[in-house]
This record gives sequence, structure tokens and C-alpha cells, in this order.
Amino acid sequence: MPNQKDDVYGDHISHKFNDELMELKTQFLKMGGMVETQVERAVEALVDSDGHLAEEVRANDKKVDKMEVDLDEEAILIIARRQPTARDLRLVISVIKMVADLERVGDEAKKIAKMAIKLMEEGQAPRGYVEIRHIGNHVLSMLHDSLDAFARLDSEQALRIMKEDKRVDEEYQAAARTLLTFMMEDTRNISRCMSVMWVLRALERVGDHACNIAENVIFMVKGEDVRHTPMEEAERVVSR
Amino acid sequence: MNTLNTTVSNEAGLQNAAVTPAKEERPAETVIEEGQTVGTPFSDDPKFRLRNVEVFYGADRAIKNISLDIARNEVIAFIGPSGCGKSTFLRCLNRMNDSIDICRVKGALHLDDQDIYDPKRDVVELRARVGMVFQKPNPFPKSIYDNVAYGPRIHGLANRKSDLDDIVENSLRKAGLWNEVKDRLDATATGMSGGQQQRLCIARAIAVSPEVVLMDEPCSALDPIATAKVEELIAELSASYTIVIVTHSMQQAARVSHRTAYFHLGHLVEVNDTDKVFTSPEHELTESYITGRFG
Repeated sequence: MPNQKDDVYGDHISHKFNDELMELKTQFLKMGGMVETQVERAVEALVDSDGHLAEEVRANDKKVDKMEVDLDEEAILIIARRQPTARDLRLVISVIKMVADLERVGDEAKKIAKMAIKLMEEGQAPRGYVEIRHIGNHVLSMLHDSLDAFARLDSEQALRIMKEDKRVDEEYQAAARTLLTFMMEDTRNISRCMSVMWVLRALERVGDHACNIAENVIFMVKGEDVRHTPMEEAERVVSR
Repeated sequence: MNTLNTTVSNEAGLQNAAVTPAKEERPAETVIEEGQTVGTPFSDDPKFRLRNVEVFYGADRAIKNISLDIARNEVIAFIGPSGCGKSTFLRCLNRMNDSIDICRVKGALHLDDQDIYDPKRDVVELRARVGMVFQKPNPFPKSIYDNVAYGPRIHGLANRKSDLDDIVENSLRKAGLWNEVKDRLDATATGMSGGQQQRLCIARAIAVSPEVVLMDEPCSALDPIATAKVEELIAELSASYTIVIVTHSMQQAARVSHRTAYFHLGHLVEVNDTDKVFTSPEHELTESYITGRFG
């Protein structure tokens, strides 16, 4: 995703170093795109009861895992060769951490695909599909925006994602309560409702990972760690 | 003189730097305001108190209104591109610039509240208190023992041979050299390896019990192993001495110093804790330099 802000990492005396950082960014965004598609297709497979698609998602997870290993290796080589400092160092360290988040998102997509297959075998759950679609869209847009914030080094957008995560948590809690009520009403629903619950949980985790990526973007841009700090602190860091 | 040319040509570079459009998202400060240093240039317990220091080579101003405290027992690293004035500033601290005829130093420079540039000050005594180690090892063409004993002898620090022996042994031990040379103290110093010679020069500097050791690129002529030994030594010496080190190796500054000062075209742009300088420097120019964007 070429962007004018790439200049931030593209104006070293060493052109090779520029290329290496640029390649790291590009590959990270490629992995991000791949993971986004995985989640999107896993939800689609579940809602549409598409077993073939679910199998594909499960198989593709290996590609995501490989990208994680490759990106980590590239980041380690940059550290070994260039001893990056300041914003370059923050980029490389953040990528190493965010890659782990993306890989976990990939795992969640695989989990959803697995549940899609299970639900097809057990018969569709009576409730929860609307919530899955809703929360799925919500966390997918968060994931997309977090990658976008990374590409554009947009700390304000990253802050918005952090705030959004709270809403996803609320939506998840509400959906879980509904499912719980339904299971209490008729115990025969428990097994299938639990599968839906796992899917919702996986989607909620995707939101958490998008939030982690957003926190790393703020660290990259502002040089301050906003993890485990109150939202007001993150707002202060971003506004200065 | 080379410094003059560098200063003039770099002025143009400064103007260019000043008009570079600010990077978004960061509070860019690419313009240097004279006398304005970002970060923490001052200390509650200064060994050196330096205010509005200016150094001229003839008509050219090599150091432009710098104010800085150097804290007791700290290791402070001076970094910056060639010709930025870091060595010139270092050499003000024990009046090494006195030997350059066209050099003039202005401002208030105090070592423990005593004016360094007081005309009545004994410069030899000052340099005993503020020792110096240079870029290239420069042992005297004498024995290892005599190199270290030279300072204590001329300053009358030892009355008896056994006292002098103790000083030599202690200094060589502190410099991490004793075990390597204890059996050949009479051998000529110039026969030692480069790294050993540099550590001998450090031993020679600390033999007169200085309070401060100035180091002007002490490792630039050494291999990585010898460099590691000298860096190890700096860490140990910092318990007893204040150390000011000029270095072109950013990694070295990051490894050995507590605070780092970034010089640019005669200005002191930023002074901050070393950890901060190398992870999130405050000034755009510091960031550009340490990340290899110019220099």
C-alpha cells in the first residue's frame, strides 16, 4: 500500500535499509489482508453453512503461520544488520508484536471454520446467527481500520479502534446473555448454542487483537506505550 | 582550517533542514533556536556547570550559546555529525583549546563552582583533575611502568618508590590491564597492541586521581574486542569518576552512557536520558541523525 507517509521510513542514507523497512511494512500488510479474508470467509462459511469454504479456511491457516515465521525472521535480520533506533526500532518491534496478533486472529478464523463444520454436522443452532454477523462485521471493520492506521501511521484512528473495542465487548456480553437464556429454556439447545458462543468468543478476541494492533500503532507514532493505561492516558498521548 | 570550512558549508545545510516540511503526526522541531536545548540539560548536582558557552575559531563561531550541566559521576555521551562541535566543546572542559592560537572561549564554565577560565587558574592542576584520553592511543615511548608513573611523579603524588608502585598497580588494575602486563612492566609501551595501549592511556589518565575523565572517540582505532574491554572499563570507572565521552558510534553511546547530548552545527539540540534518546528522541534532528537519515 504505497503512501506518502512511507517517506517516514524511506529517507535513510542507506537505500537498502529503506527497502528492508518498506518490505517489512508491505509484507505485514499482506499478512493483515490475508487474515482479514480468513475471518470474513470463516463467518460466511458458518452463516451460509458452506462446508467447502470452511475447509478452505482451515487449510489456509498454514499460509498465515508461514507468513508469521517469515516476517519474524525478516525483523530479526533487520535488527541484526542495522541496529535500528528510535522510530525505526519502534516499527520493527511493533511489527514483531503485531504479527503475533495477526497469527492469533488467523487461529480464531480457523476456530470459527471448525465450528461451522461442527454446526453443519449437528444441525443449525436456533439462535445467534444475527449476532455473529453483526459482531463479525464490527470486528472485521476494526481489524481493517487497525491495518489502515498502521499503513497511514494514523494514531487518531488507532485511538478510535481502542474505544470501539469496548462496544464489541458489550455486544458480546449481550449476545451471550441471550444465548444463555435460550439454553435455560430448552436444554436440548445447549450443545449447538455453545458452539455459537465459541464463535462469538472468537470474534470478540479478533476485536481484542485489532485493539492490540492499534495500541502498537500509537507506540510507533508517538513513542509511548499505552497498553494497560486508562483511556484518558491514551487520549493524552495521541493529542500531544 | 578545516573546522572553519565545515562550519560555513554546514550553515547552508542547516537552512535546508529548517525548510524540510514537518512530518505529520510528530511535533516536528526541525528549526534550531539558538540556546534552546530540548530535554534535560541541567542537573541538581552538577560537576560542571556550563552556561552560554561560545567558542570562536578566528571569526567563526564553532559553539553557539550552549548551556549544560554535567552531573557528578555520570557518563554523558556527546554525539553528532562531523564538524558539529562536540570535540571542541569537550576540549573546553580542561582548556585543551588553549593550545590553538585563534581559539577563543566565551561564557561561564565552572568545575565545582570554580571558574575553569579564571586567568589565575593553574592549567596543569586543572588537567590533573580533568584527565583526557584521545582517539589514537598515545603512550610515551617509555616503559609501561613509566607511562603510568609519569603523572604521579610530576605532580609529586608519591614520596616513596613503594607508593609509586602502588599507584601504578592500582591504575593498571582499574584499567583492566594489570594481569596482562604485570610481568613485563619494563617493556616498552609502544610494543603493546592498540587496545592495550588505549587502556594504558586510560591507566595513565587515572593515575593522577582525576575527578573527571574526558574521552575523545576512545575506541575509534580499536577492534571490537578491545572496544568491548574499554566500554566495560567505562562502566566500572563511572562509579568513581565523571566521564564525558565523544563518540561516532551511536551504539556505543547507547551502551555506555547515562545521558546523551546531540550536537548539530555548533548547537546543543537535545540532551536526554540515553534510553529515551535511542527509543523516542524529542527533537526531529536527533531522530534523523541516530536513525541514519543524515550525518
